[in-house]
Amino acid sequence: MTRMILRRLLLGAVTVWLVSVIIFAGVEILPGDACTAFLEREAKGQLLANCRADLGLERPAALRYLDWAWGALQGDLGVSADGQESIASLVGSRLRNSALLAACALAVGVPMAIVQGVIAGLRCDGPLDYGISSLAIVSMTIPEFVSATVLILVFSVWLGWVPGIVVAPADYPVSAFFPGIILPVAVLTLLMVAHILRMVRASVIEVMASDYVQMALLRGVPYRRIVWKHALPNALLPAINVVALTVAWLLGGVVVVEVVFNYPGLGRMTIDAISDRDLPVVQAIALIVASAYVGVNLLADLLSLVLNPRLRTHTARRA
Amino acid sequence: MTAPDASAPVPPRGNSRTRRAWLVVRAMLREPAGWFGLSLVAAHLLLAIFAPLLVPYNATAMDAGAILGEPSMAHPLGTDHLGRDILTRTMLGGREALIVTGIGTPAALIWGGLLGIFTGLVGGRFDEVLMRVVDAFLSLPWILKLLVLVVTFGTTNAVLIPTLAFFFGIPVIRVARAATHEVVARDFIQAARARGHGRASIMMRELLPNVTGPLMVEGAMRWSWMLLAFSSLSFLGFGATPPTPDWGLMISDGRLYMTVALWGVLGPMVALASLIIGINLVADALAIVMRVDHSRRDEI
Repeated sequence: MTRMILRRLLLGAVTVWLVSVIIFAGVEILPGDACTAFLEREAKGQLLANCRADLGLERPAALRYLDWAWGALQGDLGVSADGQESIASLVGSRLRNSALLAACALAVGVPMAIVQGVIAGLRCDGPLDYGISSLAIVSMTIPEFVSATVLILVFSVWLGWVPGIVVAPADYPVSAFFPGIILPVAVLTLLMVAHILRMVRASVIEVMASDYVQMALLRGVPYRRIVWKHALPNALLPAINVVALTVAWLLGGVVVVEVVFNYPGLGRMTIDAISDRDLPVVQAIALIVASAYVGVNLLADLLSLVLNPRLRTHTARRA
Repeated sequence: MTAPDASAPVPPRGNSRTRRAWLVVRAMLREPAGWFGLSLVAAHLLLAIFAPLLVPYNATAMDAGAILGEPSMAHPLGTDHLGRDILTRTMLGGREALIVTGIGTPAALIWGGLLGIFTGLVGGRFDEVLMRVVDAFLSLPWILKLLVLVVTFGTTNAVLIPTLAFFFGIPVIRVARAATHEVVARDFIQAARARGHGRASIMMRELLPNVTGPLMVEGAMRWSWMLLAFSSLSFLGFGATPPTPDWGLMISDGRLYMTVALWGVLGPMVALASLIIGINLVADALAIVMRVDHSRRDEI
């Protein structure tokens, strides 16, 4: 198992390295650079040449890549194109806010999804399952800007229970984002619950139909005991990977939700940076989010390896 | 849902391709999700095709006398902030998205599918490297990948369609590769090899027909994701260009006047949601009929 873990770690590192190459090459290939973005209309002649010399942009791409990658490894993500601010400090508070949003959504959504998924799976093809599964399809497929609009309309405009947007700037303390964070969390929960729930449901159905559960049923083992002791530990194992995908998605892909609710996280920063053609910031965000994606998935893989009873006995026998 | 077994033969069997397709559709219609989803999608397609003949107004004609007008006999869904008829714009609002995704999805499916089958068949070093590249691309958030290209090269369809097709084809590689692995070790592939068939022939004649099930389910899922992506881009101002009637764009405009003119967002929201739900129901029914487990699919 140690070899398996080492292999996963190595693959994760290779993937992050490849991502950094893709990000860097992608920005290289695109027309324009930090100087044309900074100088805008005046980007010509001596001014442009001076700017490029200042930022060291006329050096070979390979050298600049090494510089950038080495800096990123040490936590130095360079400076933004417009304000000449350190990206690490710009991104820091946004990253914290996105993590806060993700943590709230996970804390609400994951238990909800697992409970509903298990119930739907155990009551497979019953009315309760149809109800849960149909709701899941609806909440999973409705675009987030549609559900966000409906929620704002109902809970903020009509009922006036919660604010419809977040007004606190990015670097305010965490408490400033409540209660504005409630609606964005609700929208994200709607989306993620359905994904995890469907996965858990399919997994529970599969395990309940398996030979060993059928055998236990025939031998007269109490139903509760089968479900809790034998079926669920195996059925919930694959959920780890879906939860990991959800975490990665929450950290990087919730641009629309952050824009709708004016939430100062990484997603809105992505949009702003791309619109302003602030390529160093785009590179930095891409690298952070991709590393988080790889890291979280790696963690999930390792966790399922450690928790999988089959793999455990396998190694025990070998040892 | 039955246990995942992509290698199981597709239950409806027939002689010709059209007959098989018809049998699949008939099996889908027996599923509640299938007939509901198929009717939703069919209704949307028909509407998109015939809407230009049916709409009561010109979609871009502004009427200064009817700004944010309430629903009435003349304007059943009211008018927007420029006095344009919302019913007209809602009826036409899916055309742009359907054209873009209607070309983009098959393109993504074809290039991703063929590359996936190929790498599943040859394996080795090529497969190892390609899979790492696929992982790397999948680890970047979809909206970042799309936006960087769209902002740089413009939001025309000539940019949007290839961009969407490229990025949505990448996860298809994985699905096609996994489906290929299920069949590649089986006897008839060995037999084809022994008969001296080349790679291209094995790919097209032996593998392709055996991975169409997973690919079709994947295609339906990709279609719904791509539609969502296009609408999200429009909503954010990077998709359809105004004054083109488009649901994402209409919702983004209408949101600003939502407190005084709720009807501005209602039509496009119902239209967009019903189309995406319909496609997902079709994908679910297709998965049941084709015996494909797609509960573990990933996003782009």
